[in-house]
Amino acid sequence: MAAAAEHTALLELNGLSMSFGGLNVIDNLDLVVNQSEIVSVIGPNGAGKTTLFNVITGIYQPDAGEILLGGQNLVGMAPHTITRNGVARTFQTLRLFLNMSVIENVMASQYGRTKVDVFRAMLRTPGMRREEKEIKARAEEKLSFFGQRLMGYRWNQPAYSLSYANRRRLEIARAMATEPRILLLDEPAAGMNPTETHEITELIGKLRDEGGYTILLIEHDMHVVEGISDRVVALDHGVKIAEGSFDSVATDPRVVEAYLGTKATSTK
Amino acid sequence: MSDTPDTPGPPEPPPEPQSSAESGPKIGVDSWVASHGGRSGRSGPIGSISRAWESIPDVARFLAFVAIALSLPFWLLKSEGDLFNFGLFTLLFIGMGLGLNVDVGFAGLLDLGYVAAFGIGGYAYALLSSGYYGIHWPAEVVIPIAMLAAVIPAAVLGFSARRLLGDYLAIVTLFFAEAFLVFTNVSNPTIFGKGITGGANGIPQADPLTFFGYQLTSSKQLYFFLVGAVALVAAALYFANQSRTGRAWRASREDPLAAEVMSIPVNRLKILAFIFSWAVAGLFGAIYVAILTSAVSTNYSIGLLITIYAVIILGGLGSIAGVFVGAIIINCVFVFLEPQTDHPEAKRWIFYGVIILLVATLKPWYKAVVLCVGTIASGFIVHAIVSATAGSAWTSGKTVAGAGWLSHWVVIPKVSHGNVNNLLYIGLVVAVVLVAMLKGWWRIIALGPTIYLAAVVWENVLTENPGVTAFILFGAMLVGLMIKRPQGLLGTARVEIV
Repeated sequence: MAAAAEHTALLELNGLSMSFGGLNVIDNLDLVVNQSEIVSVIGPNGAGKTTLFNVITGIYQPDAGEILLGGQNLVGMAPHTITRNGVARTFQTLRLFLNMSVIENVMASQYGRTKVDVFRAMLRTPGMRREEKEIKARAEEKLSFFGQRLMGYRWNQPAYSLSYANRRRLEIARAMATEPRILLLDEPAAGMNPTETHEITELIGKLRDEGGYTILLIEHDMHVVEGISDRVVALDHGVKIAEGSFDSVATDPRVVEAYLGTKATSTK
Repeated sequence: MSDTPDTPGPPEPPPEPQSSAESGPKIGVDSWVASHGGRSGRSGPIGSISRAWESIPDVARFLAFVAIALSLPFWLLKSEGDLFNFGLFTLLFIGMGLGLNVDVGFAGLLDLGYVAAFGIGGYAYALLSSGYYGIHWPAEVVIPIAMLAAVIPAAVLGFSARRLLGDYLAIVTLFFAEAFLVFTNVSNPTIFGKGITGGANGIPQADPLTFFGYQLTSSKQLYFFLVGAVALVAAALYFANQSRTGRAWRASREDPLAAEVMSIPVNRLKILAFIFSWAVAGLFGAIYVAILTSAVSTNYSIGLLITIYAVIILGGLGSIAGVFVGAIIINCVFVFLEPQTDHPEAKRWIFYGVIILLVATLKPWYKAVVLCVGTIASGFIVHAIVSATAGSAWTSGKTVAGAGWLSHWVVIPKVSHGNVNNLLYIGLVVAVVLVAMLKGWWRIIALGPTIYLAAVVWENVLTENPGVTAFILFGAMLVGLMIKRPQGLLGTARVEIV
């Protein structure tokens, strides 16, 4: 498995470390995500999962280590450059452009994939209008991924008028519109009811199978993780404590200990 | 058994799941939200006006503006003075507002140095197209230079501080504006034997606008030129706002971090907005100096900045049409308050008209009637008491021609009696505070005398000091707007917390 993974690795973290004033949030982490794979990151609260996403997307600078996307090191790049290179994410605490319309949210995130500058926009050159049409078409295509949820009359509604679940969907659509090579989903099922959770699980599977996306997923809902993960990585205090199939990780004694604690004295 | 009559009830209600069974499960389909637009819409005349306004396409609004603006000199603004005061200055305010609307409205920056850019454009024009240094370059050359001169400091301020955002941008730009004032007014370094900014006197005798040998001298020519300039700038900024750049500006205003992660270079876009604003300021600054024929540093004070902010806030931040509405209102207030205006009664008609309008919109109708009667009655009662006890010196002051009836209602002393005017003014402020604290019928009863007091203060104090009154009125307008319509007249309501 590991040997086969070598040459299809899309995202590779080597010895990644990140600390906030002496507190090691991510500690010498190695992680590989292969092409067209869904890898889930699990771990108790404060394990460093969201920080991991923030480091990969350039919001935080790592103290050490490298982040390779298709062999290119992302460390030191500005967040928008990293996104342009093919990393897109959603946020655990939703961060939509609330006062923009649904379709505008998905159009705005295509900024890095489009070229027409503001002077040509002011003159409305034919090239600009063509690109604008393409942006709109791509936005509609991404929104149509979610069935009827984000279609029709909703396009022109402000994003704040959407329900919670639809906002999560819109965040995914917005991330998809940056045309990423890898999609980082931060708790996509948080706050959803069982039906919606089931639906989003299927959708993430569909993203890989039909959309061809590679996905790195943070999720607390084990039904989601179990349903779609090709591999599961468990973190605790920024350290990888287990990796492998869902069953092997879920039964790993260290994972159980991290989640539930243990009667035995600490190993540290 | 007692429960059984109830249990058949619950299975009954779900006709909704049945109806939506074809389209999938009901859960998550927010039909409640679907009716959002309908529910949040206003009823009544204001609601129908705003809906009618919404239904006009942008192109039609734009063409209507151009058509009406082009026709104005032939019916409403026939006299040279009206065309100059109302026409030219409204268009200049629109131009200034359009520029400030880019960085403040579109991109959400707090730019307090905008007037400096306006001044830089003006001084650039005055230096390169006047007898001051004997340089008489034509406007088609000088105006681009003026815009460039205004853009350079924007770029320097923007790039020198990569994270020049929020409060920092506000204070740095404010410093810049003050530094500009001091530089032009006091420093005035000597270059080629002359102070480059002319000190407190400024640079006089700027040339009229001359494009390719064609000189614009009359107000009418300048007016038509400005209509064209404003229309062009408005269209260009509208298209910019509709493009990917405009979306990126809005996105980085909404959530800079999310925008950055969604491949938008937020810093670069904010600097771009800043540069655009200042370029527009440079353009209209040059035109302004050409119209006034001189560049004087006192014209670029904080007062002008506040006025332009009032224009865009009144109209609604980020709304291009709002800039037009705001500029028309603000400039008309200024012109009508001018002491030597051609329309001395206009400000009275507007003042009393606005009060009657506010009273008339009171609901239910009998409250409006009570308030109306209360206001009129308190006027006659006070007038009778004053004339009976204090003598005619207190009531025989003059109102303007055409409003003589007012002198039987409003107390206007013939000569000033000590501090009475100031006391009246303070009394009005106290009365307004008291009215704001009262509720229900007490408020209606107290409101009548308060409105009357406002009328007295208006006639005795405010119309005498137009400069101060304009700003008091803008303040009152903005306070009213903040309460009733925080997004501005034509702005879009924004939701901050969800």
